[in-house]
Amino acid sequence: MSDRQSSNAYWQANLKLIWLCMIIWAVVSYGFGIILRPVLAGISVGGTDLGFWFAQQGSILVFIVLIFFYAWRMNKLDAEHGVDE
Amino acid sequence: MSQFTLNLIVIGASFALYIGIAIWTRAGSTAEFYAANRGVSPVMNGMATAADWMSAASFISMAGILAFGGYDTSAYLMGWTGGYVLLAMLLAPYLRKFGKFTVPEFIGDRFYSQTARIIGVICLLIISITYVIGQMTGVGVTFSRYLEVSSSTGLWIGAALVFVYAVLGGMKGITYTQVAQYVVLIIAYTIPAMFIALQLTGHVLPQTGLFGTHDASGLKFLAKLDQVVTDLGFRSYTGHHGSMLDMVLFTMALMIGTAGLPHVIIRFFTVPKVADARKSAGWALVFIALLYTVAPAVGSMSRFNLTATMWPGAETGETFSQPAVSLSDIETREDLHWMRNWQLTGLLNWEDKNGDGLIQYYSEAGAATNEPLAAVIAEQGLQGNELTTVNNDIMVLANPEIANLPAWVIAIVAAGGLAAALSTAAGLLLAISGAVSHDLIKGAINPGISEKGELLAARISMGVSILVATILGLNPPGFAAQTVALAFGLAASSIFPVLMMGIFSTRMNKEGAIAGMLAGVIATLVYIFTYKGWFFISGTNMLPDTADAWLLGISPASFGTVGALINFVVAYLVAQATKEPPAEVRELVESIRVPRGAGAAQAH
Repeated sequence: MSDRQSSNAYWQANLKLIWLCMIIWAVVSYGFGIILRPVLAGISVGGTDLGFWFAQQGSILVFIVLIFFYAWRMNKLDAEHGVDE
Repeated sequence: MSQFTLNLIVIGASFALYIGIAIWTRAGSTAEFYAANRGVSPVMNGMATAADWMSAASFISMAGILAFGGYDTSAYLMGWTGGYVLLAMLLAPYLRKFGKFTVPEFIGDRFYSQTARIIGVICLLIISITYVIGQMTGVGVTFSRYLEVSSSTGLWIGAALVFVYAVLGGMKGITYTQVAQYVVLIIAYTIPAMFIALQLTGHVLPQTGLFGTHDASGLKFLAKLDQVVTDLGFRSYTGHHGSMLDMVLFTMALMIGTAGLPHVIIRFFTVPKVADARKSAGWALVFIALLYTVAPAVGSMSRFNLTATMWPGAETGETFSQPAVSLSDIETREDLHWMRNWQLTGLLNWEDKNGDGLIQYYSEAGAATNEPLAAVIAEQGLQGNELTTVNNDIMVLANPEIANLPAWVIAIVAAGGLAAALSTAAGLLLAISGAVSHDLIKGAINPGISEKGELLAARISMGVSILVATILGLNPPGFAAQTVALAFGLAASSIFPVLMMGIFSTRMNKEGAIAGMLAGVIATLVYIFTYKGWFFISGTNMLPDTADAWLLGISPASFGTVGALINFVVAYLVAQATKEPPAEVRELVESIRVPRGAGAAQAH
């Protein structure tokens, strides 16, 4: 049973991490890039505004960071819970 | 050396490279044929995934779409990259742990149902075949433009090449060929972009040049571009002009559609470990981003160059401070030779409607609300916009010529376009042949088939798939042009939700999954057909395909998001009302959630 409990704790920790990453993923693209763009219009970036930057460049860069962050955190989680390979 | 000889040498050399790799990486077993024996390093797989994913549409069409759509088309940039976050966190690691060969195989095992597997196969075939036709036509067009052969000859040459390395090498051969194709296509995309960014903004990096200063006018480049296009009555480049809801749903449909594309998912079956699948998705996005962060610069800068060519005054000062480009300049000036070249292809055309010897380029629709433009039109007696055809695709293909780059750059762009189309075609053909030989022949028709027999079946179905794709490429049916709506809509509304529920819910059962997939797919297809015509036969649409007629302003291409929601809701409700999945299926779900054990060979 201890195996199952450990993998449950592992799974819960994984879900928490996924939620965190998904919130950031949504905020930079749907948030800053589209819905919140009018709110951010005051912040100018290179001849346009912050929302445009997020829509055409910023969100892609954040996506890359997010995936490597997730991979790094999961490797640690795998080891902590003894489920790594 | 003539341009033609140069093109021939560069394209010939790239083809020789692909064939060399194919001979070196022959597949000897089904594990090699379907999954490269799970021995591909995460970085290599990332590069191969990038080439697999970036198609003729990414390489040739996307910058042109951005050039004329500006901010409004940002959904392509966010949608076609954001899907990799979903893949890395929600699908790839668990499907790698599952450790089998095809996407329908997971659906069949997880939902203990042959019916679910067959529905998966049908969705996969519709998605992949729609997608592959576009690649084959892309190969034909590139050949005919650069190697002066007919489009159909080009198509057969491309098909023969794919046949050699895909049938011989399977996933193993395709992987290493895709790595080489990635290198070719990224060089081809980046070099002209760097030259152009340097000319306009003094930045070598297109990514920073886009937000830099336009040298000739001293204004920020994007501010200058906005000014020039609005002077001519076009919508501003950086502004938002459409429905916010539709932009959100379209971005979402592209993201979950990307994550649900079978030919992308199976690439993550080739890495040794679960941890590698996560990391590999990150590398894939790095390599994709090298093109996707350059594309907005290519789009905006080529739009500026085109406009400044038509109105020479726009380069340094006011758009109308000098007369428009003259007909005799277009016909004689050496630096405008590209206009005559591309007029021959029909992708660019002009007409001196008012007979003043000048070609005035402006937006007829914008003239009504733009007083300075209306004054110019009255003063010069304009009878309408005189740059009558500008095809999106020339923004990338003609880019090196517009910027007067050396002939070898043009040859590399040709090889890059072919690499983009061929690498995606090969990945799609592998997904198709896997579904036929593994899911249909071994899974349903002849389960007792030997390893050798299945490998032969896989090779034969690959050969037949190539033949079918080529014939469809020669005579593209109506649905080929609807790749974005059809392939992404289906992947978003069927495959993505069913895979996600299979991994994240232990309660989801066979009845729920089947009902969900059917509801999602049927709703999406009916919505698309309502506006695009039944089975894309023109004239059979029941409502006009315009924003006013769309339900809540949701375009057919964005509807995949709604289809996915329908899938989730129906699946949940049906699963609640029917009995739980058997204990061994719950065990399977528990086991794919932990990485340990993925390295061990799976019984097959």
